[in-house]
Amino acid sequence: MGKLLAVILFLILGPVLGGLLAGIDRKLSARMQGRKGPPLLQPFYDLFKLFAKQVVVVNHVQDFLVGGFLIFVIFTGCLFFSGGDLLLVFFALTLAGIFFMMSACSANSPYSSMGAQRELLQMMAYEPMVLLVGIGFYMSTGSFAVSDIIKSGTSNILYLPGFFIGFVFILAIKLRKSPFDLSTSHHAHQEMVKGLTTEISGNILALVELSHWYENVFLLGVIGLFIINSTWWSAIIAVIVCMAVYFLEIFADMVFPRVKWEFMLKATWLVTLGTGVLNMIILSAIR
Amino acid sequence: MEIITFLIAFPFLAALVLVFMRKQSTIRSILVFFSCAVLIAAVLYFAVTGLILNQTQTFLTETHNLDLVMMAAEVGLMALIVSYAFRYRKYYVAVLSVVQTGLMIWLEFSGEHEVTAAPHILSDKLTIMMCLMIGIIGSLICVYAVGYMKEYHEHHTEYKDRSARFFALLFVFLGAMFGLVLSNNLTWMYFFWEITSLCSFLLIGYTKTGEAINNAFRALWMNLLGGLGFAIAIVFCVLKYGVGDLRGFVALGSGSAGILIPLALLAFAGLTKSAQLPFSGWLLGAMVAPTPTSALLHSATMVKAGVFLLIRLSPMFHGNLVGTMVTTIGGFTFLMTSMLAISQSDSKKVLAYSTISNLGLITACAGVGMHEAVWAGVLLMLFHAVSKSLMFLSVGAVENSLGSRNIEDMHGLIVKLPGLAFVMITGIAGMFLAPFGMLISKWAALKAFVDSNSMLLVIFLVFGSATTLFYWTKWLGKLLAVIHNSARLNSKVGKSQWISLLFQAFLMIALCILFPVVSTNMVEPFLSEMFHEQLPAIISQGNMNIMLMMLFAIVILPIAVRFLTFGRKQKIVLSYMGGANTGDDRNFTNSLGETTPMYLANWYMTDYFGEKKLLRPSILTATAVILVLMGIVIGGAL
Repeated sequence: MGKLLAVILFLILGPVLGGLLAGIDRKLSARMQGRKGPPLLQPFYDLFKLFAKQVVVVNHVQDFLVGGFLIFVIFTGCLFFSGGDLLLVFFALTLAGIFFMMSACSANSPYSSMGAQRELLQMMAYEPMVLLVGIGFYMSTGSFAVSDIIKSGTSNILYLPGFFIGFVFILAIKLRKSPFDLSTSHHAHQEMVKGLTTEISGNILALVELSHWYENVFLLGVIGLFIINSTWWSAIIAVIVCMAVYFLEIFADMVFPRVKWEFMLKATWLVTLGTGVLNMIILSAIR
Repeated sequence: MEIITFLIAFPFLAALVLVFMRKQSTIRSILVFFSCAVLIAAVLYFAVTGLILNQTQTFLTETHNLDLVMMAAEVGLMALIVSYAFRYRKYYVAVLSVVQTGLMIWLEFSGEHEVTAAPHILSDKLTIMMCLMIGIIGSLICVYAVGYMKEYHEHHTEYKDRSARFFALLFVFLGAMFGLVLSNNLTWMYFFWEITSLCSFLLIGYTKTGEAINNAFRALWMNLLGGLGFAIAIVFCVLKYGVGDLRGFVALGSGSAGILIPLALLAFAGLTKSAQLPFSGWLLGAMVAPTPTSALLHSATMVKAGVFLLIRLSPMFHGNLVGTMVTTIGGFTFLMTSMLAISQSDSKKVLAYSTISNLGLITACAGVGMHEAVWAGVLLMLFHAVSKSLMFLSVGAVENSLGSRNIEDMHGLIVKLPGLAFVMITGIAGMFLAPFGMLISKWAALKAFVDSNSMLLVIFLVFGSATTLFYWTKWLGKLLAVIHNSARLNSKVGKSQWISLLFQAFLMIALCILFPVVSTNMVEPFLSEMFHEQLPAIISQGNMNIMLMMLFAIVILPIAVRFLTFGRKQKIVLSYMGGANTGDDRNFTNSLGETTPMYLANWYMTDYFGEKKLLRPSILTATAVILVLMGIVIGGAL
């Protein structure tokens, strides 16, 4: 019963929270740049506008693939918030990402194709760290199930600080934030137009936006999982930490210029080795 | 027992008939189809009776006369290898062959050794799985080969048509594989092991071009080196422990330091056969041969013989240096070859690297020597056999139709050859995507590696999964590109090839859905018997249901999306190219007003993952690991 409730809550609250986060993001970014910024609810207005637009596609498989992206992102989130197996959650997320990338590949356009290749590279860069997070929780709690992990006596971040830092690092890639917004970004970039989403428009683009909102809520959920434990007040701290991390990502987005893919791949793998892997080895030694 | 004799003998008989049918004829094709049908029926009968009986069966404890016949055949094999070695002036091959055959003959005739009597033939659940794999997939490859070889010789008139010998060799190969997996006696196993080495040598060298012959000899010397290790291990076991059978050997346990020597040598043989680094070269070279050869070597036979031996030995690997050697080599191979696959655009080469990489993972699973790791290894082996054979055969079919097997040329295959593209997509999805087969095993492997505290393996696995994701997904992306105004190509795929392809695609999907059944009825009973312990389900029922849900979601997705967009008008536009799309999706108007063709390429990143950059260091590292660890094992025991 609790599981069903979690799923329903995520289905309804996911896009609301995700949209609000996007609104906060735009507002904060604007303030950091000395602008006033759009109203907080602007992302919702944008979304409704997009849904009302005519369907323009470059082929007939695109909508199917974007649909796959949306469904599997939602699936990932539902599985996570209903206490499912963490590795399975991450596998579902990868599947969702592949659907999204395929929609860009199918367009046969230079810009979306370039975006697709970069997106794939980003996936390769962050995938080890994502899997390691699952392993880290397993090593510290003895279970992959989110429902077991949240019952631990102390916050897992105490055992998994390296995993946490590593995950925050790759979160910049997942949230499509500078310095790692190579495949597509919130701002149009000259050399690749809109990258992955160049050939997606109208209500299909709205579906992509919606998926991103769900995805972002899920990703912050993983951050929260590091903090949450069997006490009730840990949930409050988890929310605060999530907000702090989100702020940090926006801040980094403003401060750092975009890097080249070579740098991103090397940096991400090195950080993964230096944080997650190191933490894992220490954990296995003291276990 | 009769059915086992039949399984081993029938392919050899079929080969004997086929070798005399020089002309390409309908009768020969029918004979091949018939033999394949008989083989499939026979393995199914064997599997069903075996599963109903539900226990390990053993046969033939006393076989003096048969042993002599085998010894004579072995000398024949040696003579054949030596004659080839002299004809092509590769004398080192002759030396390898003579030394190991000499060892075996010496062992047979140097007087009575005290050997514990043991059955020569053993059939348990693993044997049944292996036989099903060899029989069904092997036969389907032979069916495919009938149409393929006809096409092949129409395309390549420069090569002499030796297809009679080719078909005969395919069947000999299958017979030898049956013999190998059913043997319990080490000498018998070694005999069949040598036949597969020789067969792969002859099949790789089929075209007799300079490259083919070079690669064939590379395959031969590497496998003979493994065979030498096998032979020394047998002599050691018989002389020191009085044990001449595999089950008896495993029962000795790995308690004493001395036993590690034959164990290390057998593991070494397994590593060479399954083309692990530093012996990956022979499998990569094997792609010069016609496609059915590659499909056979990569999926149902040859390389699987290596991991079969490692799985049989796996209880002995736990917690000693030989296990460390096997897991390190396996994990290292998994990571490095998946990186190397990124830099390749030749589809057969990508497949070759991916085979080596996957076998590396299976090897690592076997090397851990723990129940759940070996579970993952066995399932990986099954899934890999089906999907890899499917991939090779569809690449072969695409090559015959497009005239190229470069992945870049497969751009837009979904429009040009939709049927083959779908088969290929099934194969690729089966290789790495959730919720399909291989991923489940990877998941279990990851769990097992963490449980056994093998952190190095965990690192290899997480990074290797990421690189594996990269090379498969970019291939998938190429297939899915939709280019407007493309005419469908006339696929030159014969009926028999289609039957084989579709049947395997069906097998792939069936295995994805039914793998829990396979697991509970075959893999788990086999493992409980081997490890003498019962384990709870490795992947829980709840997670199994979730994966089924995912599979279901993928299946209904196209229908759901059609339903949602039903009645809504979609406007189709051309894609944006910077310059104006000239309307055919292939050219655009550049800033000078001229028409420029567009070409979209995948990323290969050869500066980072190229063979020039990675291959030599990988081989050197792997060689060093094997030399050092074998040195310590053997030095420590002596």
